[in-house]
Amino acid sequence: MSFASHDSATRQSQGEAITAEEIAESGAKADDATARYALLLGDDSLILAQRLSAWISRAPELEEDVALANISLDLLGHARFLLTYAGTAWGKSEDDLAYFRGEEEFRSCRLVEQENGDFGKTIARQLIFSFYQHELYSRLVHSTDATLAAIAEKALKEVDYHQDHAAQWILRLGLGTEESARRVQAGLDSVWSYVEELFTDVEPMTSLGEIAVLPSTLREPTLTRLHQVIEQAGLSIPDMSGAHGADRSGRHSEQRGFILAEMQVLARQHPGATW
Amino acid sequence: MAVMGPESVTLPADATVWEVAASVNDPEIPVLSIADLGILREAAVEPDGTAVVVITPTYSGCPAMDTITADVTAALRHAGHEKVRIETVLHPAWTTDWMTEQGKAKLREYGIAPPTGKAALGPVRVGLSVKCPRCDSPNTREMTRFGSTACKALYQCRSCLEPFDHFKVH
Repeated sequence: MSFASHDSATRQSQGEAITAEEIAESGAKADDATARYALLLGDDSLILAQRLSAWISRAPELEEDVALANISLDLLGHARFLLTYAGTAWGKSEDDLAYFRGEEEFRSCRLVEQENGDFGKTIARQLIFSFYQHELYSRLVHSTDATLAAIAEKALKEVDYHQDHAAQWILRLGLGTEESARRVQAGLDSVWSYVEELFTDVEPMTSLGEIAVLPSTLREPTLTRLHQVIEQAGLSIPDMSGAHGADRSGRHSEQRGFILAEMQVLARQHPGATW
Repeated sequence: MAVMGPESVTLPADATVWEVAASVNDPEIPVLSIADLGILREAAVEPDGTAVVVITPTYSGCPAMDTITADVTAALRHAGHEKVRIETVLHPAWTTDWMTEQGKAKLREYGIAPPTGKAALGPVRVGLSVKCPRCDSPNTREMTRFGSTACKALYQCRSCLEPFDHFKVH
């Protein structure tokens, strides 16, 4: 084995030591629906990782630069596992899926696509997404798909830190100055209409049974915990309905194209380039 | 080939391959070997002579994993193994509970406070006090949970005022 660019560092095994490559070679690969589910979860993490990385050198304090960079790196790690696994169904690598798919082929939710805005908005987005993801992975560890369960088990420990980080910031900003409370509230208001999409049951989740977690089952526990911490921070729950077209079917927010352009430009201009 | 859990790892299938792999140090904490960290899970030789080493990532996005994979491959090649395969296993998820006592002692000596106690299985939010690796005082405070690497948090000692890294309980 050479340590060249085509070797994925996320070759992953589970249980009886199956690697992604071995799965692909043996023919016992992820089936199409499971792969589409893994792709959807991976896309969320990939896009948010890309968004958060833009905070490096821009955060309000050095420690926060480091924190957001670490969270971004964790999410990127999850995305690599999930995209690698999804790719086994179609003979594609994580890079094929990350860099050579178009806007309409991504399945990320619109919440993670939203622009960073100010720190208050980024933290509002982090709060919602990390709370959602914590509920999701807490259940996905019981997936009957061994690889998805293993990825969730690994990710859950990290997301635990992410939600703690976001909750601490919400409290600090909400109970801080008038200005910090105003801005974090504005952040919540600007992303809240994308919350419902996280809990919408769509294909492939609806046909995967015990392999996947049905998003609607996450709605109540996630919102309950979100409401608690938002109220504790002296902020109010935005009163608005979900944005239309929220079905992860390829309809997306206008921000997706811009972030993909930034993320994909190098790989597309220099296909196969390595550091 | 089964991927063993933490209990069975003490009996590697091939002691020589294990020893060679265990000689590789973590690139970010060079005093610790990957065996000390609990990253090295299994070592075996397949019938066709391929040396197989199973490692588990500390954190999902840990950039050191790439270097470790390359270093283990290089070490095994150097030891005469032509065919080498490194597998990354996610399950069971790595925990600092797998770090050896020797590893924790080496960390402390190096100036990094080792993980305290055991990783909690449930939502326990009360942590044990982290002792300053310099003056041993338990009077320390967390400055930021996210330190120089994903596995470390930044602390400061209230007694000797030195800042130091703490290897997070994970």
